Amino acid sequence: MSKPLLHKLALHLGLIALGIIVLIPFAWLIIASLKPSEAFFSALFLPPGDGLFGVDWGALTLDNYTNLFGLGFGRALLNSIFYSSAAAIFATLFCASTGYALAKFRFRGNGLLTLLILGALIVPPSLLIAPGYELLYDLGLLDTAWGLLLPAFAPAFGVFLFRQAVLQSVPDQLLEAARIDGCSELSIFFVIVLPLIRPMIGAFMLITFLAMWNNFISPQIVIQSADKQPLSVAIAQLRGVYRTDYGLLMAATVVSVAPVALLFLILQKQFISGLTSGAVKG
Amino acid sequence: MSSPRTSRALFLTILLAPFVLIFSVFMLYPLAQSAVLAAHQTYGPGTREYVGAHNLSLLINDPLFWKALKNTLVYTLGSLLIQLPIAFALALALNSPKLRGRSIYRLVFFSPQLMGLVFVSILGVLAFEKRMGLVNRSLAWVTGNSELLELDWLQEHVMATLVLLSLWLYAGFNMIYFLAALQNVDRSLIEASEIDGAGPIARLRHVILPSIKPVATFVVLLSMIGSLQLFELPYILLDSSGGPSNSGLTVVMYLYQNGFELGDLGYASAIGWALAIMLIVLALIQMNMIRRQERLG
Repeated sequence: MSKPLLHKLALHLGLIALGIIVLIPFAWLIIASLKPSEAFFSALFLPPGDGLFGVDWGALTLDNYTNLFGLGFGRALLNSIFYSSAAAIFATLFCASTGYALAKFRFRGNGLLTLLILGALIVPPSLLIAPGYELLYDLGLLDTAWGLLLPAFAPAFGVFLFRQAVLQSVPDQLLEAARIDGCSELSIFFVIVLPLIRPMIGAFMLITFLAMWNNFISPQIVIQSADKQPLSVAIAQLRGVYRTDYGLLMAATVVSVAPVALLFLILQKQFISGLTSGAVKG
Repeated sequence: MSSPRTSRALFLTILLAPFVLIFSVFMLYPLAQSAVLAAHQTYGPGTREYVGAHNLSLLINDPLFWKALKNTLVYTLGSLLIQLPIAFALALALNSPKLRGRSIYRLVFFSPQLMGLVFVSILGVLAFEKRMGLVNRSLAWVTGNSELLELDWLQEHVMATLVLLSLWLYAGFNMIYFLAALQNVDRSLIEASEIDGAGPIARLRHVILPSIKPVATFVVLLSMIGSLQLFELPYILLDSSGGPSNSGLTVVMYLYQNGFELGDLGYASAIGWALAIMLIVLALIQMNMIRRQERLG
């Protein structure tokens, strides 16, 4: 075998070995969620038996999932879908419109607002935990969906991203031509501007959706009622109560992660380009 | 019919109002309040009592705060020093020309990012369990040493557990940035260095590293900013406590404990400001870099 070929083979073997190490926890998680507790303790992965490949397939069961939804976990799943979709849609709409206004219109306060938004980018979220909680208490928004959602509707970095996207991909001449043709400003925004920045819209919606889905500290502080909790808080509580019911916790993790993993796999190109758009050009 | 002037003003108001309103109420106002709160003590929300600079002196003399800060810095350094070189090596491996299946490898290494921190924490609790967990059983199986089953990660090796989990979670994420940077390295520079007879190490040092320096600095700062705000992993792994003798207490966890378990939002804000000052310095460096990069690009 020639030397470059050998190199290539070694590279692939190394990468495959690492890839297996990275993926093993997922396999362990999914298999364990299908095992009854006894089998969890006996076998690390699939329970051995007389079936195909020496595996006792009959020992696998969906009981953990049935128990999970019996405990009301389905409600948390619906809540997460609702919170994440609402945050993604409204944050995108509000940030895109503001980014467009800042990029393409001259008005009094434009410079100040841009400066405030750039300044807000460096404020760490942990600084706002305590005063944000007190504000929600004063407004009577604790334990409401609004208390969780409203602060998520106006992320400063969203305006920053959309302002950049409009500056990069919406030419002034196009807007002028549309105005001369008698297009209303509102239809220019919806029919011309938004389609031009569609890659950013896709990436940003996905990022906000995932951020809300995985957000733990905000709902942990804001939401108290069990029937309003998203998955992140519900699973932490489940762990507090059923700490030795491994199968149940595994099933809860699978249910919490599978929807966003699927969403990501469908939209991964957009996500990765959005991820690196702030850091890398080209 | 309204004049074009007023209709333009109306349109701008429609564009700006929702964001500006929410941003002012839920970002600017609490930001200002965080400074006010830091000079107060509270017993739950809406019960302020002015204490002036008391919180500051409390903070400086609070051994638990320093412990939390030390833990956070150890975690930050640990995860940077272990994770970033691995992320960079992965990116280099995936960047080799004509590598088949690059996008599959990239997806595999990135895949832990599909799990949010909370869910990774739950997986971590189970995987690092004594005797039953994936980690110890794999270690015992690979080495043939069944004593490793008794390794008590969550009690005795809290920091190592956190660093290992974050390695699994973030190495592929940072790899994406490095890979994007490597693919932007000018090919003609690399070819020129090959013609000049530079070996792979010299090429790495003199051609590749200088051209990806901006992205590398960006990744370092981003990781530091994230690591310094570590909360979910230890909060869930250690069952909302700081762990044995607070060996896993982080700054944001300590903030949370003071604000929401003890009810002192004032002291929590003071802790928040201590952390914020460090983070703001890092973020300013980062923004300065992005701006410089934009000028160059």
